[in-house]
Amino acid sequence: MVEFLKRKKRLEDKIDEYLDTVEKGADIFKNGISCYFAEGVEKLDLCLAAISLLEGKADDLRRGIETDLYTQTLIPESRGDVLGIIESTDHVMNLMEETLQKFSVERPEISGELHPLYTDLGNITSSAVACMVQAGRSYFRDLTGVRDNINKVIFYEKEADRLADKVKRLIFCSSLKLCEKIHMRNFAVHIEGISDEAENVCDRLAIATIKRYL
Amino acid sequence: MTPLFLSSGLFLGWSLGANDTANIFGTAVATRMVRFSVAATIASVFVILGGVLGGAGAAETLGVLGSVNALAGAFTVAFSAAVIITWMTRLGLPVSTSQAIVGAIIGWNIFTGSPTDTNILSVIVSSWVFSVLLAAFFSLVIFKISKFFLDRAKVHILRIDHYNRLLLIAVGAFGAYSLGANNIANVMGVFIPVQIFSDSTYFGFLTITGTQKLFFLGGLAISAGVFTYAHRVISTVGSEIYKLTPITALIVVFSHSLVLFLFSSQWVEYQLISLGLPSIPLVPVSSSQVIVGGIIGISLAKVGGRGINLRVLGKIALGWVATPAIALVFSLVSLFIVQNVFEQNVAQQERYELNPAVLARMQVAQLPAGHLERLSGQRYHGSEDFRQQLLAVHPWKERELFQIFLYAKIDLIQITNERLQSLAAARHFSPSEQEALKKLSGRVFTHRWQFEEALAQASPLWALKEDTKKNKPWNEQLLKKREKAFAIFARTFWE
Repeated sequence: MVEFLKRKKRLEDKIDEYLDTVEKGADIFKNGISCYFAEGVEKLDLCLAAISLLEGKADDLRRGIETDLYTQTLIPESRGDVLGIIESTDHVMNLMEETLQKFSVERPEISGELHPLYTDLGNITSSAVACMVQAGRSYFRDLTGVRDNINKVIFYEKEADRLADKVKRLIFCSSLKLCEKIHMRNFAVHIEGISDEAENVCDRLAIATIKRYL
Repeated sequence: MTPLFLSSGLFLGWSLGANDTANIFGTAVATRMVRFSVAATIASVFVILGGVLGGAGAAETLGVLGSVNALAGAFTVAFSAAVIITWMTRLGLPVSTSQAIVGAIIGWNIFTGSPTDTNILSVIVSSWVFSVLLAAFFSLVIFKISKFFLDRAKVHILRIDHYNRLLLIAVGAFGAYSLGANNIANVMGVFIPVQIFSDSTYFGFLTITGTQKLFFLGGLAISAGVFTYAHRVISTVGSEIYKLTPITALIVVFSHSLVLFLFSSQWVEYQLISLGLPSIPLVPVSSSQVIVGGIIGISLAKVGGRGINLRVLGKIALGWVATPAIALVFSLVSLFIVQNVFEQNVAQQERYELNPAVLARMQVAQLPAGHLERLSGQRYHGSEDFRQQLLAVHPWKERELFQIFLYAKIDLIQITNERLQSLAAARHFSPSEQEALKKLSGRVFTHRWQFEEALAQASPLWALKEDTKKNKPWNEQLLKKREKAFAIFARTFWE
């Protein structure tokens, strides 16, 4: 019995650690974007290395959680939902890493007047991911907190959409070459896509929460 | 011959174990929270404990409804109930062992001409309805309380899962105990008056009554049902309860167990009485219908009852009437066949006598004994004959007939020194109670009520107190002691 409780405690810790990792990833992503515009690609590469490490760690934790949930036949009624939430959260982490990697590889030339907008877009997206993680934490412990955090994610996602739209309009109003415009636009789309994915995770969370409500 | 006659009761037990344990451990096993072998072992142990330790209360009520006094009769009654249950289950109709056995017992009463205590019958039928409502109420309240605490406690989902597992086992054990205590009467109750087993005393202090031995056997049959077929019921037939989450399932099973416990626990009955609250009759109720009541309670608590399948409710209500009615008819037909084709004695011929003493006793009981004056001084063989004679002089109500039968029945009770000496060793009665019995030494009674009145005159320890709620525990205990004393001193006519 004691061993069983210990195993559960370890799994609880694993889930918390996984969510911490994603939250840290969101912070590093934000730093990476702002560093790219403020200090150049070298600083971004440092952030990319850090987020890659975190992404690898998150993958390991995710696999461990999935294995434990199945082998110990835990939370049978919510197992599918939990696995879905964990996997879609992992997808958000992957998108953050991919986006930083694209910055590192493609090194987009972005007009100076757009730098603050891209930085803001990165910040808002990072906030959306952080709130998504908070919603995930609430799902495991405090269902009443899920809705508040989901509302925040929805707000940040809308903000990210609005900002991305503004960036795209400014890009296509400029006199740059079309290929440059498209290249710049793509990066706005990449960043914006992360908050969209965070919103998708929250949609899953909302349904899973309703199912868990007594 | 006895094992063959017991087989119908054992089959009822097997069927109960196979079907009703799915209500208790279904969720836990189907969701793999508890291994089947663990669930089956717990269910078996606690069903037997419940039957042996707590089965007497509900069995007594069923015994009052109809005292089937011949082994072949008891076999046929249990067999009829078993056939109806199997047949209705195959047709996918909701069926309850309690309702089938009550119908079959009334069938025996009608076949033999024995009167049915309509008061007890109405208590039993209203208990079927009340048990479902009570389960709905319990699950609604427990759900609200659980939600209040779980919403505030902020416990991790994994921890809730862990506690839920432990509680499913604990509540499952409680449920199995309650099921055994409440439903063993359905399985073996009809065999009690036949007295297949006698009481035994072990190590000088541990007395196991014949009824407890009978219930133990019934418990073993239930266990056999659990181990051989319950897993299939859980995994293939399915049940509404599996659609619930483990927490709500736990609440439903707990409500179910609580209801069954209340309808079988004499201790709870006395506690309620001592607190001045209305007591709950000890009646076998339907485990499956109580479970549905619990689910309705959850539905009411969650969504205000939206989505309740009225057809399911309609089927349950239909079951309250249809199951006993079908079992009654089938029991009548079966008794006729067993008596006339297989030439088995399905009822002992009781003897009745109407004499001035009996008529005087009836007047004390406020029965219109004047109608019976012209039957006075005659003896009647068999319940059917006596009933017809009675109805020929007055259109008696069933309840009145029941009382007349009670007073007119002839029992030969001899207070012999030999039996008085055996009392001390048997430890059934206190020394003062034994003293009172000794005062009657050498006397012979032809009616049981005469014996009981003489006892009451011999000592207030043997006298019933005024029929108030407060005195109910005393009176019930005394009735049991009188039953025991009667069993010791009663003689059959050929002895």
